[in-house]
Amino acid sequence: MTDKYTQFVSRGIGKDVAKKLGLPQPVVLRRYQPGQALVPGPILVQGSSDGADELAAALLAWDLDVRRHAVPREKLGAIVLVLDELDHAEDLERPVLSAAASLRDLAPNARVVTVSRTPASAPGPASAAARQGIDGLLRSLAKELRAGATANGIMLADGVNTTSPSALGALRFFLSGRSAFVDGQFLTVASGEGQLPADPEKPLAGKVAVVTGAARGIGAAIARTLHRDGATVVVVDIPAAGDHLAAVANSVRGTALQLDISREDAGHRIIEHAVGRHGRLDIVIHNAGITRDKLLANMDQGRWNSVLAVNIAAQLRINDALLASRDFRDSPRIVSVASTSGIAGNRGQTNYAASKGGVIGMVRATAPLLAERHGSINAVAPGFIETEMTARIPFATREVARRLNSLQQGGQPGDVAEAIAFLASDAAGGITGEVLRVCGQNLVGA
Amino acid sequence: MSFTGQSATGPEESSTAAAATPGGGLLRQAVVVGGNRIPFARTGGAYTKSSNQDMLTAALDGLIARFGLADERIGEVAAGAVLKHSRDFNLTREAVLGSALSAETPAYDLQQACATGLETVLGLANKIKLGQIDSGIAGGVDSASDAPIAVSEGLREVLLDLNRAKTLPQRLKVLGRLRPKDLAPDAPNTGEPRTGLSMGEHQALTTAQWKITREAQDQLAYTSHRNLAAAYDAGFFDDLLTPYRGLNRDSNLRADTTLEKLATLKPVFGRNLGAEATMTAGNSTPLTDGASTVLLASEEWADAHELPKLATVVDGEAAAVDFVHGKDGLLMAPAFAVPRLLARNGLTLDDIDFFEIHEAFAGTVLSTLAAWEDEEFGRTRLGLDGALGSVDRSKLNVNGSSLAAGHPFAATGGRIVASLAKMLHERGHVDGRPARGLISICAAGGQGVVAILEAF
Repeated sequence: MTDKYTQFVSRGIGKDVAKKLGLPQPVVLRRYQPGQALVPGPILVQGSSDGADELAAALLAWDLDVRRHAVPREKLGAIVLVLDELDHAEDLERPVLSAAASLRDLAPNARVVTVSRTPASAPGPASAAARQGIDGLLRSLAKELRAGATANGIMLADGVNTTSPSALGALRFFLSGRSAFVDGQFLTVASGEGQLPADPEKPLAGKVAVVTGAARGIGAAIARTLHRDGATVVVVDIPAAGDHLAAVANSVRGTALQLDISREDAGHRIIEHAVGRHGRLDIVIHNAGITRDKLLANMDQGRWNSVLAVNIAAQLRINDALLASRDFRDSPRIVSVASTSGIAGNRGQTNYAASKGGVIGMVRATAPLLAERHGSINAVAPGFIETEMTARIPFATREVARRLNSLQQGGQPGDVAEAIAFLASDAAGGITGEVLRVCGQNLVGA
Repeated sequence: MSFTGQSATGPEESSTAAAATPGGGLLRQAVVVGGNRIPFARTGGAYTKSSNQDMLTAALDGLIARFGLADERIGEVAAGAVLKHSRDFNLTREAVLGSALSAETPAYDLQQACATGLETVLGLANKIKLGQIDSGIAGGVDSASDAPIAVSEGLREVLLDLNRAKTLPQRLKVLGRLRPKDLAPDAPNTGEPRTGLSMGEHQALTTAQWKITREAQDQLAYTSHRNLAAAYDAGFFDDLLTPYRGLNRDSNLRADTTLEKLATLKPVFGRNLGAEATMTAGNSTPLTDGASTVLLASEEWADAHELPKLATVVDGEAAAVDFVHGKDGLLMAPAFAVPRLLARNGLTLDDIDFFEIHEAFAGTVLSTLAAWEDEEFGRTRLGLDGALGSVDRSKLNVNGSSLAAGHPFAATGGRIVASLAKMLHERGHVDGRPARGLISICAAGGQGVVAILEAF
């Protein structure tokens, strides 16, 4: 549910009042529904490279309304800015200012997506400056856009073309309602791995996925989203949460596994259940996590250890079992839930932030280990998400926390789930070792 | 009782080979896939506001989630309750409709007092063996908290006559028959209708007859609590139980109880027998609320659904005793059912690896064991050459039983079958044959139902 303030200022008198008083004006975001149009209007593809032409052709092949030149005062669903052949920061001017002329024509909940190359592999300082410049440009633009519109970027490693499976997969994700709460973020496509789905509405058809911590909140939303996208889902949570877990399992026509993931044999039990009951295991979502907040000066061993044990040690141990298993070799996917606390820090959460920072380190280091089996591992870092947990934050603190981002509202558990479902799909095969923030471009956490 | 009709078929053959049915078809195996129950709660506790239908639905939904049965059409669901409201005439079917199962799953209610749960397992297993159904869910539920309260016989007759009366004068005349005492409600009780004695008082007679000591009863209760607590700590119930209304473990379980504590409890039954009273609240089961379910299937159905096969339901037997005239104790029917069942399957007590003897009272279990060890009972009552034999105590109720878990009457059978099936599966083979377990459940009305399960 969108929060009450957002509902109030989204229409009618509330909208007028908020505008006159200069109050935040969040809008109801365009969130993905099966059957929904990819974008709320034509897509303007800007850029003069071969990569831009090929990308425009690929979008046309999806039966989308594609423009190579802006038509004044025509409402646009998206602007795709292809900047894959920049040699110098001066090369930014023409395409960027040309796109700028169309910004006022963006429809509510429209998208701006840049497609460029990774600065790390730039042939020289000038080209690196141009590539890195896009990072600052995009993040600033995201803060300027209004009415639910977002700006995100795709960075291609050298040798990866604009129409590689994961470049198109990421583009589709950013254009769609699936990325509603992702703003000001980049995804790097490292390779030509991956495959676009036969049916874009069922990108996970035939896959068997395990979701930990699935009894409620974000975990339950992940289970529902993976099921909607076609996966058979095994939901895992501690035995004490078994009743909620059963309800989730039955709602997604999956199976429930009551298991404490910090048990020594948890990885083995997960593999055994998935393979025994469903014949295979393709996707593991490490979502289970706990908080035991305390200022570091007051921290005790119990709070520190329990958070580290569940949030990172358990994931490491389960991953060891997965990497050793013969049943997790066919383009497997692992997605971990990190947190913006693990990136920007959060007062009272040294233990939690250490564990979530640990998740990010683990994801980056595990990516090469999965490469030879065409697998991938990524993390998603949620910002302020409206859950039972955040509903317990005192009103004023909560109200400030949820407005401090470019979309001026909290995200939904489903927003995190959408990002995870994308990273778990075949289309994301060329994306690995990445941390994608789902935070509405929170002001903290860079 | 005749023991001459022993089956010529040995146990190994009877459990693995298909035999011809009277109709000429082949008997199939009925396997236990697994089970699910909610934690048992002492009456007046966590489930005070839960109806039988609520609890049975919750137990079903947990089973459905464990085995991925949402929207599945199960061959048949059979369950029952001992304390049942008249409005719950279709209790099991209503629970199915409220669950995640396909609404096209048929269901029926069954009632055989405390043997209800085990009898649903045997009935559905037989249907599977005969090929009438491929899958079944057996179960049971009871709430002593949400027990039905009836109106008095006097008020009931007046109300029925009032309904039949056609004119105002007739109605007034009928109402005139009403007396103040008719307005008192008729609460349920666990007394035997033919003797007026409660079950505990009946067992006190038997306990005294078999000279079972207080110490022996307390020791059995202590062991039950200790075994159940250890099973929980080992995670044994992680795939047998789904929490309900904030309860993760059976609320009757006292993991920290000691023999000393049990010894301090005052006797509650048998205080007027002259002999020393030995039965306390500690060595008797309390009134309990709860529900249990067991998923049964043919091998083919389990394989097609990629589900585990823990154990096979080999055979079952019911017995009853004439407790009314004092020939045997109220809860002694299993003492007769077990020898008959063993004989039919060519087995002795030594061929059993796990004994699951329902602990209605510690005295019940110990009286039954004493009877089997008694030469005279064996000769005169069982028609054997001597005593039936002894039960190795290390094989008895190894993961706890009703004294610790509690005993929601109709739910106990499902609890035992699911737990035993898991134990048998974990044990696998013993001396080159499948591990074998015996279940014995006593019931009101002088009845008892017993069964044999084998590891698949």
